[in-house]
Amino acid sequence: MTKANSGESSPVVLSVDGVRKKIGRKWIIDDVTFDVREGEIFGFLGPNGAGKTTTIRMLVDLIRPSEGKITVCGYNVNRNPEKALQFVGSIVENPEVYTYLTGWENLQHFARMQPGIDNARISEVVDIVRLDQRIHDKVSTYSLGMRQRLGIAQALLGRPRLLILDEPTNGLDPKGIKELREFIRKLADEGLAVFVSSHLLSEIQLLCDRVAIISKGRVLAVGAVDELIARNSPYVLWELEPFAEAQALLAGRPDIQIQNLEDVNLDDSIIAGMGPDSLITIMDQDLIPEIVAVMVTAEIEVRAVHKINPTLEQLFLKLTEGENVE
Amino acid sequence: MNNMLPLIRNECLKIIKKKRFYVILLILIVLVPMFTYAQMRSAERSRDKFNSDWRLEIQQQIIDNQNSLGSDRIPEEWKTYRRIFVQQLQYYLHHDVNPNEPSGVTFTREFMDNSVTLFIPLLIMAVASDLVSAERTTGTIKMLLTRPVKRWKVLFSKMAALLMFVSLIVLSTFVISYLISGLAFGYKGFNIPVFTGFKISGDSVDMSTVHAVPQWKYMLMQGGLVWFVSVIVALLAFMISVLVRSTAASIVVMMAALIAGSILTNMASAWTTAKYLFMVNLGLTGYLSGTPAPIEGMSLSFSMAVLAVWGAASVIISFAVFTKRDILN
Repeated sequence: MTKANSGESSPVVLSVDGVRKKIGRKWIIDDVTFDVREGEIFGFLGPNGAGKTTTIRMLVDLIRPSEGKITVCGYNVNRNPEKALQFVGSIVENPEVYTYLTGWENLQHFARMQPGIDNARISEVVDIVRLDQRIHDKVSTYSLGMRQRLGIAQALLGRPRLLILDEPTNGLDPKGIKELREFIRKLADEGLAVFVSSHLLSEIQLLCDRVAIISKGRVLAVGAVDELIARNSPYVLWELEPFAEAQALLAGRPDIQIQNLEDVNLDDSIIAGMGPDSLITIMDQDLIPEIVAVMVTAEIEVRAVHKINPTLEQLFLKLTEGENVE
Repeated sequence: MNNMLPLIRNECLKIIKKKRFYVILLILIVLVPMFTYAQMRSAERSRDKFNSDWRLEIQQQIIDNQNSLGSDRIPEEWKTYRRIFVQQLQYYLHHDVNPNEPSGVTFTREFMDNSVTLFIPLLIMAVASDLVSAERTTGTIKMLLTRPVKRWKVLFSKMAALLMFVSLIVLSTFVISYLISGLAFGYKGFNIPVFTGFKISGDSVDMSTVHAVPQWKYMLMQGGLVWFVSVIVALLAFMISVLVRSTAASIVVMMAALIAGSILTNMASAWTTAKYLFMVNLGLTGYLSGTPAPIEGMSLSFSMAVLAVWGAASVIISFAVFTKRDILN
């Protein structure tokens, strides 16, 4: 996957500066600051309930921040929504469209809310999301994936410079997810700034150039995705036979930490592929060949060695740790 | 104003596509024949009884009401009402005008009189109650408000569409009721004189201001009043739909208010401050036909002023809340 080179020189499309939001007596968003530049895919990563959706709603003027400033292409979103939002296409949570209208009627409806969008433009976005076969059917007959595509068509109608997608892969099958990723990359290569939220690190890794990590309403880190991930040592999963001896051997090494299975939050796809006698360790990847050699000489069968990317939780742990040290 | 028209068009389109308006027409087309039939039967019966002489019928009505005035079991408020009713009947009899001349036009006039406090508001609620709340329930409000359009414009377009449909509903109630009842009673009767201008003071009627107007003129006045009531009800239902997230809750709140109004009206309330509630003021057409007001101190201008204040307040609250509120879910 090629990642666009969005240097520091590209113009800033979205700027979020010191945004805080108080609901009731609680600060649910406590200092969020980041910039999104033209042509880059910016990830917004955090567990559910961290304040991702609240932040997104503030970006599109559904919620007013208590403090701080959000600008799109130089216009303040909350003070001047009529100007700022014309540069923004968005899907907040699910793509909700009118189910009693056809796809085409829905697009016409949203086209009327903005000057300069004619039927030719509608046909154009319909072609882009490849809905032309079913566009004149009622939306109530659409599958979730088709509604998602209609939502994206709606977001692209006004030729936005910033596209905001909230958990866009929710409810899509693997093929759909892959298509969506390629599609978003294509849009970014054409110069669009794309803001994508997700609670899955892998998702962000595969898609984004830069990422902001949010937890409990605060942005913990902003930076290039590779950089953030490189800071963390990945998990290594071992399947060894006989198990007890192998465990003793690994436990005896000071540079390897065996993790409790319960403490490690792995993706379902990995758990499903795991044998019953699996060990999960944290260690330097460069040690793997050496350990394998040790196992072989100790006559322990190495059935599988598997490198697993750090999970979001692990990343958080590292980030908050770093905070304490620095 | 340029970018307002497409927004209003959007809202009208959604109301039509939701098929609410068709449901309303369907309800009218089913119910009006029922009322027409009932009216026809009662007309037939009195014709048999009084040998087609409406004077006999009116006289009998006057006698019945006068007799009941002597009874101790009837509350004083009802007696007042009946005394006034008797005086009006005598006035009609004296001027040789049949107040119940059966015709499609008369039926329509009476039907509108009877439906202005509950039936027409109900039809209006079918459109008004989910105008905003449905967008919130389905989440489409997020799409609507993230477009580069100021929030007040979105709300205004909804309100404008609503007022257009309210007018359409009032008009279709008139038209459907006339067309269907005309089948049974004939389509004539626009020029029958109808008396209006009864001034009620205490338990007697001041006849000095009473004058006859042709029925069509009377119905124009009546139509205006029905429309006014409908607009106020629509604005109130609209406000509730802005305030409440669920459409069902919005309908229940509005229904409860309307039914409370009709109960309070029937209680001939001694609680005079109740006259400032909007729901006891909905029977505006009663002032035209000379029905005594449910609470003392109410008059046509008073009721219209009360309704206007309620309507204005709901518009202000709707806009204030809608433009300020955070859309959290």
